[in-house]
Amino acid sequence: MKRTLAVLVENKPGVLARVAGLFSRRGFNIESLAVGVTENPDTSRMTIVVSGDDHVLEQVMKQLNKLIDVIRVSDLPAEEAVNRELALIKVGVDSTTRAEVMQIVDVFRAKIVDVGIKSVVVEVTGDESKINAMEQLLRQFGIKEMVRTGKIAMNRGAKVVQTEKKA
Amino acid sequence: MAKTKISGAKAVIESLAQEGVDVIFGYPGGQVLPLYDELYDADIRHILVRHEQAAAHAADGYARATGKVGVCLATSGPGATNLVTGIATAYMDSVPIVALTGQVPRSLIGNDAFQEANITGITLPITKHNYLVQDAKDIPGIFKEAFYIARTGRPGPVLIDIPKDTQVEPIEFEYPQEVKLRGYKPTYVGNEQQIKKAASLILHAEKPVLYVGGGIIFSDACEELLGLAEGIMAPVTTTLMGMGAFPSNHPLSLGMLGMHGTRYANYAIQESDLIVAIGVRFDDRVTGKISAFAPNAKIIHIDIDPAEIGKNVRVDIPIVGDAKNVLKNLLKYVKQEQSRTEAWNKKIAAWKKEYPLTYKKDNFLRPQFVVEQISEVCPDAIIVTEVGQNQMWAAQFFNYRNPRTFISSGGLGTMGYGFPAAMGVKVGKPESTVIDVAGDGSFQMNSQELATVVQNDIPVIVAILNNGFLGMVRQWQELFFNRRYSQTCLTDSVDFVKLAEAYGALGLRATKKGDVKDIIKEAVKSERPAILDFVVEREENVSPMVPAGAAINEILDLE
Ligand SMILES: Cc1ncc(C[n+]2csc(CCOP(=O)(O)OP(=O)(O)O)c2C)c(N)n1
Ligand SMILES: [Mg+2]
Repeated sequence: MKRTLAVLVENKPGVLARVAGLFSRRGFNIESLAVGVTENPDTSRMTIVVSGDDHVLEQVMKQLNKLIDVIRVSDLPAEEAVNRELALIKVGVDSTTRAEVMQIVDVFRAKIVDVGIKSVVVEVTGDESKINAMEQLLRQFGIKEMVRTGKIAMNRGAKVVQTEKKA
Repeated sequence: MAKTKISGAKAVIESLAQEGVDVIFGYPGGQVLPLYDELYDADIRHILVRHEQAAAHAADGYARATGKVGVCLATSGPGATNLVTGIATAYMDSVPIVALTGQVPRSLIGNDAFQEANITGITLPITKHNYLVQDAKDIPGIFKEAFYIARTGRPGPVLIDIPKDTQVEPIEFEYPQEVKLRGYKPTYVGNEQQIKKAASLILHAEKPVLYVGGGIIFSDACEELLGLAEGIMAPVTTTLMGMGAFPSNHPLSLGMLGMHGTRYANYAIQESDLIVAIGVRFDDRVTGKISAFAPNAKIIHIDIDPAEIGKNVRVDIPIVGDAKNVLKNLLKYVKQEQSRTEAWNKKIAAWKKEYPLTYKKDNFLRPQFVVEQISEVCPDAIIVTEVGQNQMWAAQFFNYRNPRTFISSGGLGTMGYGFPAAMGVKVGKPESTVIDVAGDGSFQMNSQELATVVQNDIPVIVAILNNGFLGMVRQWQELFFNRRYSQTCLTDSVDFVKLAEAYGALGLRATKKGDVKDIIKEAVKSERPAILDFVVEREENVSPMVPAGAAINEILDLE
């Protein structure tokens, strides 16, 4: 089972290595990881997707919490969170297929962000399944290159992941 | 008024002084020259070891014996990597030490410079936290944090890597009054509701067992443990790390449990209906086959580290908190008039009678006898051990009555730990008799420290149970590899008496039972560092034993 964690960390050198090292040494699997600074420049936020059952998830969270540079770990259940990923997909096209590709892009509310003679670059945002579906459909035209950001996630509604840990 | 500036190196020394550090174990080198220059005039005692590994173990022994943070210091590169085994040993046993290392100047970091090693990277998985000083002005803050992190919560080693150029950079020194760490707030007070639930289970249990470990000692909770045990008349078994947490000769004591535990401790666990686990981590050497561990028991687990709870076994009542604090609270709720555990204690008494911890009592000099004699001659000694059979016999046959009197590498099982650790113990507890119960193999891993103890007049006694074997490995070869003693025979490796004399220490040998007491007494009386070479029965086995992977009641008596 896949689980999404929001991990607030000190925005300091070496913190990513501490987190990544913890996963590999304890035998936990990272499915995806995305990092960026938060509204508070001292704090970065990692969105980590891990696979495992409840026991694994509990251990991952507890072990992460033990790292001094980890401020807070929250579990973001899929149904209570907005999940997004961004992908750039370079698709091979010619005069006969260009229109069809553009149509698919339209249906997915994606964008074409670069147009060449033999290829276009598609930008698509959405949850994992949407991006997978898009990839599936574009495959017939020949995907020359693809890059995905890894998932980021946030609670729906008023609930927030606080940057200060409550004592 | 503008503050006068001091060098980064001086700031290090000042910070150590602010933390109350009075002794450092270390070894110099190019990238710590400015630090050693400051140490030359400082009020801090520096003990020059002969190998950095020994510095880390000595800091660790000092910390375990005194409860204070131990400090070691090494240069960059090979100096730093030589500390690694010692840091890992401290990490596995939750020992508060601060390790200081020199590093190449900042401008050279990452260049594979001469004697550069990425020690913060290397020690990431074996430190509670570590630092690379990026700016000399951070030194006071880093030291304040490092000592705080090392000694609070679940204690552990912290490393500070200090580039040489930051040691000479001038800074304004002001030692912070408090630490502010957003991501580190250990829980000391247990949840009241959970404690009440635990109390109710305890009051209803008919076959309770208290299973306790190093956490009791670190949190200074021995008195509360005794209160709980006597209050509910529950037997107590300790892990290797917990030896001394409960008096071995107390009627409720079951001794050690697990692979080389007593039969009655293991039987009690397997039949118990309630296990109260305090400051322990359900290590595989304790639980044996985990799915068969304590099949009938509910489990209450009290620990300061939430990550230990539920890691290896399912727990019915988890309580995160400091053992002393939680036990104090728990004691309020478990006052009971009559004990439900009478039948249970009777059963255990019968087991104790039927399966005592013993060995063959004949005319041969057996290692267990040596440990018993040490216990008789020096009942107040602090026992440090090496690793192997010697370690198990030291745990089984000395009568421990007080915490911090049994000091041993439990989690990592580091051969060569005992002697340098004993040196640290003696420095921290100069009034105590300190005896390293050693194996002939282990002792040779750090015997160079004879020079250190002689030079610095640190009178520790090393009692070598000399069986001419890597005995514990030989035991496994005997049992599981058809007595094919592949590379475990150490006969004629060295004359330990002459070795002692070569360094200027006292060397004595006993080859028969009648000599044992005499040479122990002579060593104690001499007040000199001493090596006692006990030439013991070569193929003695540690008994009883639970084979790896078996349930802990599937325990064998070995000849
Ligand atoms: C550094 C290290 N290397 C190897 C081992 C594996 N090992 C465990 S016990 C043992 C034998 C120890 O021999 P000795 O010190 O003579 O003790 P004895 O068992 O004979 O009492 C060995 C090699 C270890 N624990 N530590
Ligand atoms: Mg031996």
